[in-house]
Amino acid sequence: MGLAKRIIPCLDVDNGRVVKGVQFLDIRDAGDPVEVAKRYDEQGADEITFLDITASHQGRETTIHTVEAIAEQVFIPLTVGGGIRSIEDIRNMLNAGADKVSINSAAVYNPEFVKEAAAKFGSQCIVVAIDAKKVSVEGEENRWEIFTHGGRKPTGIDAIEWAQRMTSFGAGEILLTSMDKDGVKTGFDIELTRAISDAVNVPVIASGGVGNLQHLADGVTEGKADAVLAASIFHFGEHTVQEAKEHMQKQGIEVRL
Amino acid sequence: MSSKICAVIDYGMGNLHSASKALQYVSHDTQIMVTADPDLIAKADHVVLPGVGAMRDCMAEIKRLGVDQVVAEVAKSKPLLGICVGMQAMLTHSEENSGVDCLDIFDGQVKFFGHPLMETEGSQAGEKLKVPHMGWNRVTQSPHPLWQGIENDSRFYFVHSFYVEAQRAEQIKGRGHYGKDFVAAIGEDNIFAVQFHPEKSHTAGLQLLKNFLEWDGQA
Repeated sequence: MGLAKRIIPCLDVDNGRVVKGVQFLDIRDAGDPVEVAKRYDEQGADEITFLDITASHQGRETTIHTVEAIAEQVFIPLTVGGGIRSIEDIRNMLNAGADKVSINSAAVYNPEFVKEAAAKFGSQCIVVAIDAKKVSVEGEENRWEIFTHGGRKPTGIDAIEWAQRMTSFGAGEILLTSMDKDGVKTGFDIELTRAISDAVNVPVIASGGVGNLQHLADGVTEGKADAVLAASIFHFGEHTVQEAKEHMQKQGIEVRL
Repeated sequence: MSSKICAVIDYGMGNLHSASKALQYVSHDTQIMVTADPDLIAKADHVVLPGVGAMRDCMAEIKRLGVDQVVAEVAKSKPLLGICVGMQAMLTHSEENSGVDCLDIFDGQVKFFGHPLMETEGSQAGEKLKVPHMGWNRVTQSPHPLWQGIENDSRFYFVHSFYVEAQRAEQIKGRGHYGKDFVAAIGEDNIFAVQFHPEKSHTAGLQLLKNFLEWDGQA
């Protein structure tokens, strides 16, 4: 009896609508984010992650209002990511009702930003999102590198070293996305997840690649993830969060039901 | 008759929106005030002491703003709820930031979970545990009016790296386990404090907040 492994539905939001691209193409509309968040809350989601993929400044105003509306009706932790680049961005999101913010490329461009953010707001609300891609070839020892720009731009930074550096800078949690697996529905990159989870002492959320309920369970049992994140298997009614938890519990994983 | 007032003490540490929104959600006719003003807090029927962040900073702000005196006054009579670091601040001493003296409302210590923290019980025995303790864990209740309508061993949402060890067993109102046993809820008379975040703990947490706003402070 102890801490439950968390299931975190992720809302990719563009201009106030939930969307989910398959490898950044084929964007399908999945609805109003407030309605979607409420639905997941009712299904027993342990947290909700809201990733703002809106490019325009005007769209970002919409995001703040959406976060406010969710926070008024959903009483589980809410993480907001996408375009968090300054202390002011963090403050705006926390004031709107987010409990944590997820910092991605801004950490790559300026690692000190993570230090500053954690010192200012506390590690408990600073999530560092890591987009990693395998760069080792067959036969070599596994090596993953940090990529930016939706997986298009390599940085030369080793993913494991980066995760350790970010936690030493005050990240309270790591949101780990495999850019090889994201959107392809063949399961998490288990080796990557396990390598990062073993290397750091803060919780790791596995992301990228979930196509069925077993993938979620594998992320925990094989990947040693503390939480698993998925979007599309929940958005289009394929599965509910409740079903996912029941499936995991059958395999001996402790969940909150 | 005017509506009741619940003051959420604002001493500049972290995000009070979640707590005030959740309190408002469970009681539409209660006026929720986020404030550090001693006069306003003195007028409130119920008082919440929240808190996130590091203990040294929290205690420094509590003292700078005179919140320690306000809390001491409130603690004499009004229903008072401590949340997370707000609970830890009510103990005697915390070992965070090389040691900080706290408000000493409850006898006990705030200790670090430790690196490495290992699970000692059950099927996960011997496994390395992450710190902070983050997520949904069970709370085993001891009888108290604030647990009304909440099933024993319900899960609540926790985020903390330090935990409370209470001196007096009769004050422990909820127990949790993460590598080691820790105090999840502590209380005496009109004061109740929880390590978890009721405002983020879905139905069980909302029920606890509702119970608090309806509580007359009689344990």
